[in-house]
Amino acid sequence: MNKKSRLLTGPYLIWSIGFIIIPLFIVLFEAFTGDNGLFTLKYVTDITWFVNLKSLGLSLVFSFISTALCLLLAYPLAMILAEFGKGRSSITVLVFILPMWMNSLLRTIAWQNILERNGVINGMLTALHLPALYIINKPPAIVLGMVYDFLPFMVLPIYNAVSRIDRDVINAARDLGANGVQTLFRVIWPMSLPGVISGITMVFVPSLTTFVISDILGGGKILLIGNIIEQMFTQDSDWHAGSGLSVVLMIFIVISMIIEEKYDSDQTTVTKRERRTN
Amino acid sequence: MPEKLIDLKNITKRYDENVVLDDFSLYIRENEFVTLLGPSGCGKTTTLRIIGGFEKPDSGTVLFQNKDITDLPPNKRELNTVFQKYALFPHMTIADNIAFGLRIHKKSDAYIRDKISYALKLVNLEGYENRMPESLSGGQQQRIAIARAIVNEPKVLLLDEPLGALDLKLRQDMQYELIRLKNELGITFVYVTHDQEEALTMSDTIVVMNQGYIQQIGTPTDIYNEPQNAFVADFIGDSNIVSGIMIRDKLVEILGARFDCVDTGFGENRPVDVVIRPEDIDLVDPKDGTIEGVVTDVIFKGVHYEMCVMSNGFEWIVHSTDCFPVDTHVGIHVDPFDIQIMHKPESEDEKAVAVDE
Repeated sequence: MNKKSRLLTGPYLIWSIGFIIIPLFIVLFEAFTGDNGLFTLKYVTDITWFVNLKSLGLSLVFSFISTALCLLLAYPLAMILAEFGKGRSSITVLVFILPMWMNSLLRTIAWQNILERNGVINGMLTALHLPALYIINKPPAIVLGMVYDFLPFMVLPIYNAVSRIDRDVINAARDLGANGVQTLFRVIWPMSLPGVISGITMVFVPSLTTFVISDILGGGKILLIGNIIEQMFTQDSDWHAGSGLSVVLMIFIVISMIIEEKYDSDQTTVTKRERRTN
Repeated sequence: MPEKLIDLKNITKRYDENVVLDDFSLYIRENEFVTLLGPSGCGKTTTLRIIGGFEKPDSGTVLFQNKDITDLPPNKRELNTVFQKYALFPHMTIADNIAFGLRIHKKSDAYIRDKISYALKLVNLEGYENRMPESLSGGQQQRIAIARAIVNEPKVLLLDEPLGALDLKLRQDMQYELIRLKNELGITFVYVTHDQEEALTMSDTIVVMNQGYIQQIGTPTDIYNEPQNAFVADFIGDSNIVSGIMIRDKLVEILGARFDCVDTGFGENRPVDVVIRPEDIDLVDPKDGTIEGVVTDVIFKGVHYEMCVMSNGFEWIVHSTDCFPVDTHVGIHVDPFDIQIMHKPESEDEKAVAVDE
């Protein structure tokens, strides 16, 4: 590392200190001090209140469900895109990524309009003399919003991983007698795992922390942990309490990332272990 | 004669507007080492992929032991492929790679274990069971790819330029290895390459292809010594291809001089192409040669000198262990049986089409 290249890292260093490290310390400081400025665990342990525990649990459940649904939807889609994209322009990929370019608030409000009591779907159902659908302000609406908003984050990394697989590796599996399903589970899936893992992280984390989706599609009736934290900052102006819960949430995110990381590296270290024993 | 194992009948394959194979027919006998040889884009790899089942011909049929397998997917075919870039499964150990086909076919664990050690012994990589593909060199990976294919006891092994990514020395070692494997296993090898040396070294039969047509089929010696047209002569080894006139049987006129040859049946005073290999030209004293020339260029190639000799406006390439310095006046002598006479192609089309009468 010479002087010049060290100089180049300067702006990034300033950025990360100013916008990542310092804010993080402010959050930690607020979380562990009271109004009198003295150390306290009060705000961090606020999570054990029933309301807070309930919303954290709800957030975890919704995030798990939406992540699972995203994976189920994204994997086949990514495979189709990877197949289609061969030798063609990536316009097909673009079509599926396009919604990402729209403001997420706008997208969520659009869903509100679609799902509303007198919204687009119910308008059509009534016109067809079918019973109306009431999922707005209920958990399914929130999960739907999460899946719609975060699906591209699952599709992209999986698409990247799948399209990087050498066509001849897949051909080799077929050549050795594997049918389509066997090829999928023994070759394509394990080789795409890194993409799956980063897709899961990129959907799970924003699902866990969102408050916009639950606010708009939950009608303020379903409080996720993100909503509670938001209220503490905006309505109660209680920075200590908000930071305390944020820290707890961060711990959950870090734990989930460690688990994923461990699972990911397990895939590659199994062989190293076997190599040692031999 | 062993029976036909693979029979390609009137295969046509085009990608968009580009015709890769046009009414292509070829059969391969049991226990033969067949090499499809030609420049890139000649259709050799497409032919192999059609046999392997990775491509479907637009028309024509593929017979395997007289059964139509044209529409059979690769996993239902009794043949295995060794891919150009090895195509090992990067997430599996060497043992798992080799066992892949056997596990799919639900062989017993004991059988699989035996097969793995047998295959590794065969390719000289014993003790590599638990290594990962990425930790192996290119040559080792290629040998694993071969091991992975042969444990399934295919009737035919298809090899798609398997040595293309290896360096020269390794390539030569692997050539001997492949010949040994072929003899030990006693199965049919269909080998694709653009490397004429590889083809000449290993094959029982060489199929020279160009622009989707077969140019010549024959043993390596046939192909080298008696190329049937200028393309084959030019593609296989260095050669001097010069226009001449067949005066009568066993006498040809080149560059104004008359050479004795051994070819007959071309008629009298017919224009022909004449092929003379550089190593078949003897440089002698000017008064002893059939035609005179001046050395214009000398390059030392290790085994021999490569010299350019200008005579009557034609530049001969000559290989000789004796060195004649630049500007030496020399005579050119060629033994009659070293002169190969070929029909002149009448049109561009005929140039591409097989001359196999």
